[in-house]
Amino acid sequence: MTELHYSLAELVIAAAAEAWSHDGEIMATGIGPLPRLAASLAKELFNPALQTTDGEAWYTSSPVPPGPRQGEPPQIEGLANYDRVFSTLWSGKRHAMVAPVQIDRFGQTNISVIGAHAKPKAAMLGARGFPGNSVHHPNSFFFAAHNTRAFVPGEVDFVCSAGYNPQRYRNGTPPAGLDLRLIVTDLAVLDFGGPQHAIRVRSLHPAVTFEQVQDNTGFPLSQPEHIPVTRAPTAQQLEVIGRLDPNQLRKTVFKGDPAGDRRAA
Amino acid sequence: MLTKLDKRLSIDAIVGRLSDGMTIGIGGWATRRKPMALVRAILRSNLKDLTVVSYGGPDVGMLAAAGRIRKLVFAFVSLDHYPLEPHFRAARQAGLPVLELDEGMLHWGLRAAAMRLPFLPTRIGIGTDIIKQPDFRMVTSPYEDGEELVAMPAIKLDVALLHVHRSDERGNVLTLSPDPFFDELLARAAGQVFVTAEKLVSTAELDLPRQARYNLIERTMITGVAEAPFGAHPTSAAPDYQLDLAHLKTYVDSAATPEAWAAYRKQFIEAAPESYLAAVGGAGKIAAAPVPVY
Repeated sequence: MTELHYSLAELVIAAAAEAWSHDGEIMATGIGPLPRLAASLAKELFNPALQTTDGEAWYTSSPVPPGPRQGEPPQIEGLANYDRVFSTLWSGKRHAMVAPVQIDRFGQTNISVIGAHAKPKAAMLGARGFPGNSVHHPNSFFFAAHNTRAFVPGEVDFVCSAGYNPQRYRNGTPPAGLDLRLIVTDLAVLDFGGPQHAIRVRSLHPAVTFEQVQDNTGFPLSQPEHIPVTRAPTAQQLEVIGRLDPNQLRKTVFKGDPAGDRRAA
Repeated sequence: MLTKLDKRLSIDAIVGRLSDGMTIGIGGWATRRKPMALVRAILRSNLKDLTVVSYGGPDVGMLAAAGRIRKLVFAFVSLDHYPLEPHFRAARQAGLPVLELDEGMLHWGLRAAAMRLPFLPTRIGIGTDIIKQPDFRMVTSPYEDGEELVAMPAIKLDVALLHVHRSDERGNVLTLSPDPFFDELLARAAGQVFVTAEKLVSTAELDLPRQARYNLIERTMITGVAEAPFGAHPTSAAPDYQLDLAHLKTYVDSAATPEAWAAYRKQFIEAAPESYLAAVGGAGKIAAAPVPVY
């Protein structure tokens, strides 16, 4: 059997797509090229009931590619203006995968500021929809660079999305809608399956060790006895990813577009 | 009292009705349907100490760069294709005071004001640093669930500034884009509402009821209306015209140095409004801008 060649970006897309496998008929949102392609792949192969948008105001029958669109415009199947998106997300019928700047051991994330909120060292976007998303529907995360600047000790500089931090809730209990699922990075796939929702390594990308992931994380990770290697994308998945990304934006996310199996490198 | 039904004003007359210290809500969303002709007119005036409420784009960036904002109420400021708004960043990093909200919280605060309620309950903000800001109080559900919720305070506006596609002289308006954003709520939360319109048309030309879905709000909410062709430029007023990405880059680059910002102001803001269209390349160029991909 010949080994399939696949890139790290393609490995990440295939692993991230699994986030939506068992979600049923809901809205899938992926922010940034890889999460968006992951949501698209999930819709194409794992869960065709998912609804995805054109990134602006419409649901489309098939996923639209990131970047410029060639050929026929996508078939529109529903209105997804912001008012509708808010109503949908408040109902819980959405699962988003977003790309925060920081995350902490509670799964709290930040896209607002680095440094003090009153006079930040670096002002970024603002909290956007993170606070509401986090307590209403499932959320997953993507980090292109798994390091201690992103996976911070203590708490993130400004908590934009809520996490499993008992000190922030009356009686220590978060709202029922808080449901953090996967974290996909350039090193591993993680989840919140450790004790008290601690972040746990779920699979390691080829050639990556648990110690390497731990060394690049600012807090202790939950380490299961056996950690599998992140499943390689199948030939079918690679074919579909290629079709979903005709502009090859997936090649621009990681410097040099490295191979997914770094054992070979 | 006889209410005047011809609500037509000039853009400068609208700005003349605004005063220092007002809380002003600005319509649109990031790079879409921002009332930029009005924003530029504010920059040409001496108006200052504004509390600005916005789903922010270059409107916030320009007002912040010109030092007109005393406090910003926002959930984000972004140029979409340039995610980080450089003028906003510079102002924020220099300590611009803010009330930072979630996007839906801003909606909810405007709705509370629109309903003349002191607050509306929500789960948004629970577990985050948003509700650590001094503006927030919690409320406990009086029903069996007893859930602790955030009491999102009403965001009352003195004035809302909106850009629409069509209006008649009475202020019957149409926004023709698929997403009206939260312009209706901004209007309902405001004491006075001023709109600029791509085209002033007769009431018959509004083509109601066929266009009923695009009728943003009833005219009783509209105080004044000014015609402003390409009044959202460089943001979009699709389907009339799209985002001017090339100009957006010029705007982004203007944040690089004080000299670059001064040059941008001189060329595009301080110049007579009649020459703005020519300065940005003419109506033909704007009309030819391709549909952007978000």
